[in-house]
Amino acid sequence: MVSRLRRFVLIALCGLTLTLSPAFSADRSIVVASTTSTEDSGLFGYLLPLFTAKTGIAVKVIAQGTGQALDTARRGDADVVFVHAKAQEEKFLAEGFGVKRFDVMYNDFVLIGPKADPAGIKGKDIETALKAIKAREAPFISRGDRSGTHTAELALWRQAGIDIEAGKGPWYRAIGQGMGAALNTASALQAYVLSDRGTWISFKNRGDLDVLVEGDKRLFNQYGVMLVNPEKHPTVKKDDGQAFVNWLISPEGQAAIAGYKIDGQQLFFPDAHKKGS
Amino acid sequence: MADDSSAWQLILAGDPVLLSIVRVSLAVSLSALALASLVGLPLGAMLALLRFPGRGILVVLLNALMGLPPVVVGLAVYLLLSRSGPLGAFGLLFTPTAMVIAQTIIIIPIIAAPTRQSVEDFWHEYRDELTAMGVGPIGRMMTLLWDARISLFTAVLAGFGRAAAEVGAVMIVGGNIEGFTRTMTTAVVLETSKGNLPLAMGLGIILVALVIAINAVVWTTRTWSERQAG
Repeated sequence: MVSRLRRFVLIALCGLTLTLSPAFSADRSIVVASTTSTEDSGLFGYLLPLFTAKTGIAVKVIAQGTGQALDTARRGDADVVFVHAKAQEEKFLAEGFGVKRFDVMYNDFVLIGPKADPAGIKGKDIETALKAIKAREAPFISRGDRSGTHTAELALWRQAGIDIEAGKGPWYRAIGQGMGAALNTASALQAYVLSDRGTWISFKNRGDLDVLVEGDKRLFNQYGVMLVNPEKHPTVKKDDGQAFVNWLISPEGQAAIAGYKIDGQQLFFPDAHKKGS
Repeated sequence: MADDSSAWQLILAGDPVLLSIVRVSLAVSLSALALASLVGLPLGAMLALLRFPGRGILVVLLNALMGLPPVVVGLAVYLLLSRSGPLGAFGLLFTPTAMVIAQTIIIIPIIAAPTRQSVEDFWHEYRDELTAMGVGPIGRMMTLLWDARISLFTAVLAGFGRAAAEVGAVMIVGGNIEGFTRTMTTAVVLETSKGNLPLAMGLGIILVALVIAINAVVWTTRTWSERQAG
């Protein structure tokens, strides 16, 4: 009976090596820490196969909020960061973790809310809209996760002259999750929420939500890309990582970004060369 | 995996992305299960048979660790495997291996704690015989593990269930990378966050169906081997 136990262990070990072997195959690949908006909007699903087909470099995307993505890179766990909160990105550069930052593309934020619009903000500018939401204490969903969108939301409250830390009540709900989760929550609670347009266009569970405020120049949303500094983290795959950065800002990569559409709507607008960078 | 297709269409079409997700899920969870069994079964048996100071504390600890939150294990393994962590040089973070490590840690107590209980029960029953036959400690362990195998199956299945259902740890240490570390559970999280609720639910149903199928296979094998053993 002991020999049967031994046989069982042997079979288990064989099974283990069999199941693990495909998982260990290593290819030429880089890790990109990016934001939930680029993943949830489907942009990477469209863009990355084009890059991989051209260069043979597989891109592994970790989709996190901008703050968390930059922290992942600070720890040396990513080769490239592709995020959208310029102040945080410049801090990252100043700390020496990034080599050089390039503008890649932009879209804009939109203020989403229930069609019934209890705070009456439809078509207003963003400042008036936020003041009305605060005055009515209408339900508002905040990402609350140091993401690019969360950072932008906090800046918009500040610009509207509202100290949201002091002024928030039960109507202001910080959920600490990604863009899609915030839209799901807003849909369920009939609440207002700030979203990037890309995630909104590709979002499928809209329920009664609609775009209420858009087109305000304060809602501009710039994305940037950086190679993680190999001097800080020698394990960074600098050639392959730089190849990805170069491709994104090349005419070919820029055209690919412009070509990503859902229902005929363009989600991101390439702008790597607007200042001749 | 097209956003508009339903889970059933994906299964019927043998969608390659779906198949890769299923393959990663099974490879990771079954590997973790095999490793955790190799550690957990002897560990449980040792705790049942050996008497040493502090044993009571270890038993309580082991029982408590059955409720170890996967997300905490995920975070600990993340900090260990990160390039800035003590094991960073191996470059294991965001790989299936990291996911296997995290899940192994999560399910070792789930296998070891019931093993300890079963083996201890059998030990009370067979102590006199085994002592009279002069069987040594290793022999005792093997014998009792074999005698308790029926209840150990359930412990091992509970371990597999936890590994397959778990999302917190694999999300943190695997990173949900498409085609590489994306599992059934992290895919459900992603599709939910895209607002693609029907596809997310469909993936969830596939996961449950897979777990039921594996349990059915194990149950059939067990009944068959019991009949063989007479």
